[in-house]
Amino acid sequence: MAETTQFELVSPERLVLSQAVEMVVVPGSEGYFGVLPRHAPLISTLSPGVIDIHEGGSVTQRIFVAGGFAEVTGERCTVLAEVAMPLDEIDVAKAESNITDTRDVLKDVTDPVERAKLDNKIATLEAMITAKRAA
Amino acid sequence: MANLKDLKIRIKSVKSTQKITSAMKMVAAAKLRRAQEAAEAARPYAERMDRMIASLGAKVAGVGGPKLLAGTGRDDVHLIVVATADRGLCGGFNSSIVRAARRRIDQLLAEGKTVKVATIGRKGRDQLRRLHGDRIVSSRENVARNVVSFDTSDDIGRELIHMFEAGEFDVATIFFNRFQSAMTQVVTEQQLIPAKIPTKDVGDAAENKVMYEYEPDEEEILTALLPRSVTTQIYTALLENSASEHGARMTAMDSATRNAGDMIDKLTLTYNRTRQAVITKELIEIISGAEAL
Repeated sequence: MAETTQFELVSPERLVLSQAVEMVVVPGSEGYFGVLPRHAPLISTLSPGVIDIHEGGSVTQRIFVAGGFAEVTGERCTVLAEVAMPLDEIDVAKAESNITDTRDVLKDVTDPVERAKLDNKIATLEAMITAKRAA
Repeated sequence: MANLKDLKIRIKSVKSTQKITSAMKMVAAAKLRRAQEAAEAARPYAERMDRMIASLGAKVAGVGGPKLLAGTGRDDVHLIVVATADRGLCGGFNSSIVRAARRRIDQLLAEGKTVKVATIGRKGRDQLRRLHGDRIVSSRENVARNVVSFDTSDDIGRELIHMFEAGEFDVATIFFNRFQSAMTQVVTEQQLIPAKIPTKDVGDAAENKVMYEYEPDEEEILTALLPRSVTTQIYTALLENSASEHGARMTAMDSATRNAGDMIDKLTLTYNRTRQAVITKELIEIISGAEAL
């Protein structure tokens, strides 16, 4: 069997995924990067996008992530993501209505902290839709 | 001597109290399991977050760095975040947190610092209001009604950071109960801002020596990582707190149920004795009445 990297995807609530993979492509904030075994140690922030897990030369899982960090060492690749959702489970219509609802709420909000939070939510949902459409 | 009817009523009321406490114990046990699972599920995230901060913080330490890490350079205004439960009937759970917080507040005040208080949970606010009412700058409740959500912690974290950036305080410390077992909770004091670099023994030592590449760069990652870390710490604290709360309530209700049982036994004994005494008395009356004839 080929050499593998231990890939871990962690969201605040739980450990989403932990498995040995051949390659994983991560959406870093400065562009997508692929992680193969014996990758140089790296810490990067993430931009909203899709994580591709490659096994046996083809993509076996695609997961949308947003807001987080990736830590890579020779043996491990750990992704801390605030949002993690398999691409198959994304419902564009639902996300769109969610955006509309959030915009409605946003109109009446004046508190800057709250506003920033809602803006963030909309951006994540939009990225989710873009990712889904591109797939 | 108490009469029979009163005793009967008393026994009945203690019995219904016992029913309530044992039901509460059951509910707390079920909730405890859920809260414990949530706390355990959240652990990997916090651990890895600490590890990243440890490796980043070691690099940036001493070169200034973001304010959240280096602090404001002052130590004048302290924000004490007190995380308690919304409800009582859980033994010394709330009081022990409040007591620890109060001691700290008094100590800081004695040192001539300014103290602000933020409460999470109704009981903490209620108990602190009397002495430090004018110091409470924010309070929240209903945080841990069902399951603690990361979103709520995020709100709290954002609020704290917003206040910090507005220069409203220099140091923030959170008080909560760390869950050890259903019987024991440990009051914990943890500094949130400025961030404490986790000690090196997180993870194995060899791993920490690895030189990482950073994308974009250390500063920027830290700026993004630190607020997230504050939120994560709050989240962990709230999860631990909610597990502790249910554990404390379970223990408290268990002993309440047992006490009620003891009380019922004692009352039943008195009841039977009294009944017997009444019967004996009646018999004596009849016999002496017959003898008198």
